Amino acid sequence: MKRRTIRKWFWVWEFDQEEKWFNDMAKRGWVLDSVGFAKYTFVQSEPGEYTVRLEMLAHTPASAEGQDYIDFIEETGAEYIGNVMQWAYFRKKREAGEFDLFSDTDSRIRHMERIIKTLEIIALSNLLIGMANMRFAGLGLINIACAALLGYACMKIRQKKDALTKERALHE
Amino acid sequence: MAESIALTEAVYFILLTLTKPLHGYGIMQLTEQLSAGRVRLAAGTLYGALNTLCDKCWIRELPVQAGSRKKEYVITDAGREVLQNELTRLKQLVTAGEEMLK
Repeated sequence: MKRRTIRKWFWVWEFDQEEKWFNDMAKRGWVLDSVGFAKYTFVQSEPGEYTVRLEMLAHTPASAEGQDYIDFIEETGAEYIGNVMQWAYFRKKREAGEFDLFSDTDSRIRHMERIIKTLEIIALSNLLIGMANMRFAGLGLINIACAALLGYACMKIRQKKDALTKERALHE
Repeated sequence: MAESIALTEAVYFILLTLTKPLHGYGIMQLTEQLSAGRVRLAAGTLYGALNTLCDKCWIRELPVQAGSRKKEYVITDAGREVLQNELTRLKQLVTAGEEMLK
């Protein structure tokens, strides 16, 4: 089976675009088969054979809770592809039915809150480490730059979340 | 105490389907069937809802049978009461709607 590996970078707030890219690739006959850091491997498949979804899990995939969740998703006919940190990737054959991880606004909002919370913790620890390292000049600045970037990511995701929250006010 | 807040469609259907023991995928399929294809529960959403409903004791997890990884769930008496109250509320909505739109 033909394989190809593509190196591509997505910012953390671009998870929608990332997912869309996988599904565009799947439509063209390349389905995601394994994931690494900014590195994606695809295998040849029938065009449109698969739907691909990704999600930031509440627990690491290696933990009992994470495994319990992955088992549950697999029971519904999907296949776990792999993970990068807490991001899990799944695919399902279209003939096995529609595939979505979320079907209501509430759970989409909760997913985004989970992402924001995780990023905030990393941002805060970078900020603290950065401040502690300030006396080594450049070193601390790197951490502070990371903290700023993560803060920006939180803001971008919060905007998406707010848009959804407004929508929910109309459709319970 | 009786719950007076409206249930989401997802919760309503999950409780309905669990009047008999079912596993996750069974809940998804039966919901689709009962709603004539209109309501689809996505796996991640369903997982979260099942955990919340277990915490509220409206449903409970059944002991996993040997040789199977599939967890089954079933409604509790408290869950049945919630469902009954919701049905009364829904009937009231329908009656009011029909009367005013005559």
